[in-house]
Amino acid sequence: MAEADAHRAIIAVWKIESARLIAGLARIVRDVGLAEELAQDALVAALERWPESGVPENPGAWLMATAKHRAIDELRRRKRLERKHEELGHDMEVRAEGAAPDLEAAIDDDVGDDLLRLVFTACHPVLPPDARVALTLRLLGGLTTDEIARAFVVPEATISQRIVRAKRALADAGVPFEVPRGPELATRLSSVLEVVYLVFNEGYSATAGDDWMRPALCEDALRLGRILATLMPDEPEVHGLVALMEIQASRAHARLGTGGEPVLLFEQNRVLWDHVLIRRGLAALERAEALGGALGPYALQAAIAACHARARTAEQTDWTRIAALYAGLSQLTGSPIVELNRAVAVSMAFGPEAGLAIADAVAEDGDLEGYHLLPTVRGDLLAKLGRFDEARAELERAASLTRNARERELLLARAEDAKSRGLHEHREKSP
Amino acid sequence: MRFMMLMYPGTKGETGAMPDEKAIAAMMKYNEELANAGILLGADGLQPSAKGARIRSNGGKRSVSDGPFTETKEVLGGYWMLQVKTKEEAVEWAKRCPLGDDEMLELRQVFEMGDFGPEIAKQEGALVDKIGKRLEENNKKSASS
Repeated sequence: MAEADAHRAIIAVWKIESARLIAGLARIVRDVGLAEELAQDALVAALERWPESGVPENPGAWLMATAKHRAIDELRRRKRLERKHEELGHDMEVRAEGAAPDLEAAIDDDVGDDLLRLVFTACHPVLPPDARVALTLRLLGGLTTDEIARAFVVPEATISQRIVRAKRALADAGVPFEVPRGPELATRLSSVLEVVYLVFNEGYSATAGDDWMRPALCEDALRLGRILATLMPDEPEVHGLVALMEIQASRAHARLGTGGEPVLLFEQNRVLWDHVLIRRGLAALERAEALGGALGPYALQAAIAACHARARTAEQTDWTRIAALYAGLSQLTGSPIVELNRAVAVSMAFGPEAGLAIADAVAEDGDLEGYHLLPTVRGDLLAKLGRFDEARAELERAASLTRNARERELLLARAEDAKSRGLHEHREKSP
Repeated sequence: MRFMMLMYPGTKGETGAMPDEKAIAAMMKYNEELANAGILLGADGLQPSAKGARIRSNGGKRSVSDGPFTETKEVLGGYWMLQVKTKEEAVEWAKRCPLGDDEMLELRQVFEMGDFGPEIAKQEGALVDKIGKRLEENNKKSASS
């Protein structure tokens, strides 16, 4: 095997095995940072030996055995150091002697629990969100520092520093390597889901000319979500998030026209939607609902996405249901942006007047001052109601607020359209 | 990227006999590992070709020949759809599949939209549909508040 081929094969093994490896090691050394270093050492050993010896029959077991030896050496070395520092070291000595066989047994335990511990540690709230994201991709996604840096368009040094700091912060805070229990679980789980969805959105919002690592983040997030769903099969919001991501990802190919221009949801060629992902998304949503989680924030968003996914044509969209789901989401989040979406859904289900009333209420609250989609929605609804002068003013205002040149163009064209329709109407009405 | 992993079970796939319990258990465990790794999009096992048919076109005329097909070595026995990052990763997973002596796996990369044009591929993922985008912004807002 050529060396380059061997290296690629080893990296593939690493991608498959690293999370389990790090998780298993972290449980015995009780330090995620050290566990990762040990796993990395095993990888280096593989890179040295496998090109000559060939990839072993069970590469995962080989890596684990190698890392395990190093873990035991490292722990013994630490104990020796501690013993030197301890004046009353007898107790320590006894524990150090007993350590090795325990470790052998401990490391072969169920890996699922270890992975889950690793997830909750990497997404621990003592870390800032960007550190949680980097650490999760590194420890659970098997991404290299360079890959993470390319995906987030920042220098590699920034990411490696972020990861080093995160590991230190975990150690300094004495974060235990465990799955939270009781009431803590819900808040900690939402931090985990947030990290996964952040990764997904980062990939989903990749722009033209971006490194391919950026859109690939969607797949990384999907994979993390699916792994989480097998690790925590009874948590409805995990399935809700997976459903949301699968369904959003199903439209990835339909979002751009042949010239690279954006295609809005209602104008997308639904044949281009990925029906494998839609089917998976709908199944995940069903599981979330069967577990009593229909009203969770991710499940609600997934249910809205599912309404679009189920409609074979835009005209078949169940707007009444979407409006109801937005009402639920609005109640849950209190977000004016969700309210604005509800205005659109209500207008589609019950007419522009009903939608405009909601959009007007959002405008009165003033929370979305300066947000271009508010006048966009109001402008569209006003035009539908034949109030063309007001519509034109709103669309022009929206155009002045957006930072996207292409969107500004479209808005100005719509404003112009409203103006000419308005003039036409005035002429019709005049005697 | 996606790979279809095709299973050619050799002659024994055509007998219609169920594999023994041990083989079934090993395959179930393997499928579970694929699912646990978050890379399994779908999989199916296929019945003997005697229950299928082949359709050909010759000068615009369709001919249908019922199974069983004669070159039994080349008869498909089942498939998996895998979503992985590299071909090597797919190969590594394929090597872990419990495989009998007569059996063969074939990996084929699936065409995806990005394969149809470099410009489109590059820009793929560039834009978010309206509702999705607003939801995401909302999510970020509520996440940061």
